[in-house]
Amino acid sequence: MPRILAKETLAPDVVRFWIEAPAIAKKRRPGQFVIIRTDETGERIPLTIADADTARGAIALIVQGVGKSTHKLNRLEPGDTILDVAGPLGQPTHIEPGMRVCCVGGGIGTAVVYPIAAGVRAAAGRVAAIVGARTKDLIILEREMAAVAEPCIITTDDGSHGRKGLVTEALRMLFAEGYEFDEVVAVGPLPMMQAVCAVTRPLGVKTIVSLNPIMVDGTGMCGGCRVTIGGEQKFVCVDGPEFDGHQVDFAEVAARLRAYREDEATAMDRYRAELAAPQR
Amino acid sequence: MAKKIGQKTKTPMPHVDPGVRRHSFGEVATGYSVELARQEAARCIECKNMPCVAGCPVEIDIPAFVRQVAAGDFDGAFQTLSAKNLLPAVCGRVCPQEDQCEKVCTLGVRFEPVAIGRLERFVADYAALMHLSDTAAPAAPSGRKVAIVGSGPAGLTAAADLAKLGHSVTIFEALHKAGGVLMYGIPEFRLPKTIVQGEIEKLTGLGVDIKTNHVIGRTFTIDELFSELGFDALFIGTGAGLPHFPSIPGVNLIGVFSANEYLTRSNLMKAYRFPEHDTPIVRGKNVAVIGGGNTAMDSVRTALRLGAEHAYLIYRRSRDEMPARAEEVEHAEEEGVEIVLLAAPTELLGNEKSRVRAMRCVRMALGEPDQSGRRSPVPIAGSEFEIAVDTVVFAVGQGANPLIRSTTPDLPVTKWGYIVADPETGATQKPGVFAGGDIVTGGATVISAMGAGRRAARAIDAYLHRLPAGGHAAADAFIST
Ligand SMILES: Cc1cc2nc3c(=O)[nH]c(=O)nc-3n(C[C@H](O)[C@H](O)[C@H](O)COP(=O)(O)OP(=O)(O)OC[C@H]3O[C@@H](n4cnc5c(N)ncnc54)[C@H](O)[C@@H]3O)c2cc1C
Ligand SMILES: Cc1cc2nc3c(=O)[nH]c(=O)nc-3n(C[C@H](O)[C@H](O)[C@H](O)COP(=O)(O)OP(=O)(O)OC[C@H]3O[C@@H](n4cnc5c(N)ncnc54)[C@H](O)[C@@H]3O)c2cc1C
Ligand code: SF4
Ligand code: SF4
Ligand code: FES
Repeated sequence: MPRILAKETLAPDVVRFWIEAPAIAKKRRPGQFVIIRTDETGERIPLTIADADTARGAIALIVQGVGKSTHKLNRLEPGDTILDVAGPLGQPTHIEPGMRVCCVGGGIGTAVVYPIAAGVRAAAGRVAAIVGARTKDLIILEREMAAVAEPCIITTDDGSHGRKGLVTEALRMLFAEGYEFDEVVAVGPLPMMQAVCAVTRPLGVKTIVSLNPIMVDGTGMCGGCRVTIGGEQKFVCVDGPEFDGHQVDFAEVAARLRAYREDEATAMDRYRAELAAPQR
Repeated sequence: MAKKIGQKTKTPMPHVDPGVRRHSFGEVATGYSVELARQEAARCIECKNMPCVAGCPVEIDIPAFVRQVAAGDFDGAFQTLSAKNLLPAVCGRVCPQEDQCEKVCTLGVRFEPVAIGRLERFVADYAALMHLSDTAAPAAPSGRKVAIVGSGPAGLTAAADLAKLGHSVTIFEALHKAGGVLMYGIPEFRLPKTIVQGEIEKLTGLGVDIKTNHVIGRTFTIDELFSELGFDALFIGTGAGLPHFPSIPGVNLIGVFSANEYLTRSNLMKAYRFPEHDTPIVRGKNVAVIGGGNTAMDSVRTALRLGAEHAYLIYRRSRDEMPARAEEVEHAEEEGVEIVLLAAPTELLGNEKSRVRAMRCVRMALGEPDQSGRRSPVPIAGSEFEIAVDTVVFAVGQGANPLIRSTTPDLPVTKWGYIVADPETGATQKPGVFAGGDIVTGGATVISAMGAGRRAARAIDAYLHRLPAGGHAAADAFIST
């Protein structure tokens, strides 16, 4: 069973784990993810491979606690094991040598966009980055991003760190300053990705977004992760997770993410109650 | 000399009352007692040409095992079954016997055939209870390594046969549990998962290494299994797991599922036990399942057990054309499934939250027979009607998963993506690679997948004996020079 080698808190409720998974560490490419299950009664949840260390045979996962499964995971400690880790899944990011890319990360989306930025850089490309969050505490991977991107612009909604404002304003500014990109890659909450697409569409700049629908198997077997791209049905786990943002039916993706709202709340409430109950 | 004919009808199988079982995931058919089994076995007239044996795709010596049951030698009966069938507890439950062994039983010409499936199940369950095991001794280690991709009935059978022949066998399974459709597709009430796991433990007992969470094409490609992991031969049994959705408006509304997702959530992830298990499932009050096969039947009966007030089965042809096992259709109706024949959905309608609220259907008439010989349905103009639904499950066929073919360019596939393999040997056009089961034939049956696994195991064994000492790598070099 894959063992947790290290754990570090990056922001409130956001944890980076290094997990022993030599075959996946060796094979993975930027843009790919794993499906994990913490324990026998657990859900299968998808998480991006945020980094890999082939020498140690380990992969990094950056997890934001949003519901029961991610909170359960985030309570694990170094030395603990994770029951199931399968991957690397999904299509790798399409990276061409020397390409010029602007990577835009919003909140936990930065964990997804960082390996892409690092991959472009490793292929002798040029990366500009915009990392945004609501407030200073929620900015993650600033140092890692700055090491592969120039410029690396930080934005916060409340102005507590970096520029005050949204990532889209910073993106507009880069275009106004004359930056040219072969591609913009935007990963974050759906409204943010949609807003980035609205900026790039009139400029005719190709924009890649990474979608995060609810998944079950992650191998193309269930069809639960289906989305509509340019009027065509695609399965995010095998055809994605990255797609041309100008072709994505965002409203449908957003609606489908809400499918289990009440059940997710039930699961979380019961989990909180279990944690609060006195230990026998 | 054939025996005299006695009891003319099958000894009935005890079942849980439909009113009770529609709310329970417990097994529907409870199985023969020792007395019932011996009574039923005594019906076999031991006819001379034994057509039943040829009717079984793995050629179980049916008269022999039935005679042993009649004599009360259940241990002997189990050894007879095990000689040909790795998964008797599974086949006895899910084989479409009415189309196979029982279809051709001599007794069935004038009366009801011997209940071969029920007897097979009885013997397998008895063996499990008494911890009997297959006594055949495995061959000496051959020093050869074989990889099996996919742990459905095809892969499990190939693995067991190859292990018995002395080869070192590793199964790679994408999901976290082995068993394929037996684990994620067929529900608990028809095939308890403890039974499947019991059968799979026999493999680990034979020394087969089962690696779950290994997605071939991703974790390792087919070529890497040879070049990096040093396997000498490979069997691909990845099934037909790609769900189809019809091209009608509304298929992406919330509450609309493929049967694969619906059944996987319920069976593999145990969503019927949410919130004790973390995976949720939509518990619809008005559920419509589209299709007429086993998958559709399993989905609609699952919906009832998840609390549906109305569970509709919508099928576009008539009852005669339904591919599901007759027994399952009867069980479904007894439990309260409402079967709507000669109808097909044309549109799904959603509410303001994008949840499905209704399904528009059109009535069908049967036209001329198509290539498959079945009469094809034709929509009747102006016959549209609407049903209020909050859950819709499509069980309208499956395709071939693209993961392996997209990462193995030199493995020829048909235009539908199924692997091209010799039906007798499972050999593909890629040296050392064999394939069988649903990934070759498209959706079929458990026993036909097992038959393919067995034939491929035999061919792989022969291939390994021909292989030069250096193994597959040396053979490759040999071929390319
Ligand atoms: C390809 C892919 C890569 C991902 N990478 C990461 C990652 O690197 N780090 C990370 O923290 N998360 C990632 N996610 C999202 C992560 O899988 C979900 O947050 C997780 O499944 C939620 O499980 P839960 O039980 O904790 O929350 P739930 O109880 O299931 O949900 C709680 C809340 O989160 C929302 N939610 C549920 N599922 C998702 C989802 N798939 N995406 C976004 N929100 C969701 C719900 O609408 C709800 O509001 C990724 C998702 C995909 C599809
Ligand atoms: C709901 C349902 C009910 C059915 N009922 C009956 C019945 O009553 N009687 C009957 O005879 N038949 C029935 N069938 C059909 C029968 O189950 C199948 O024909 C049979 O399981 C096919 O076996 P298989 O070994 O080819 O593949 P499968 O059972 O499909 O197994 C394939 C396995 O390979 C794994 N896999 C796929 N891709 C990869 C990969 N890239 N790497 C690693 N692993 C991979 C899958 O996860 C799966 O575990 C039913 C099918 C379904 C879906
Ligand atoms: S395996 Fe299936 S076909 Fe063969 S005897 Fe048993 S029930 Fe009949
Ligand atoms: S065909 Fe029927 S009667 Fe004849 S041997 Fe087989 S089971 Fe018995
Ligand atoms: S998660 Fe099941 S098909 Fe993508």
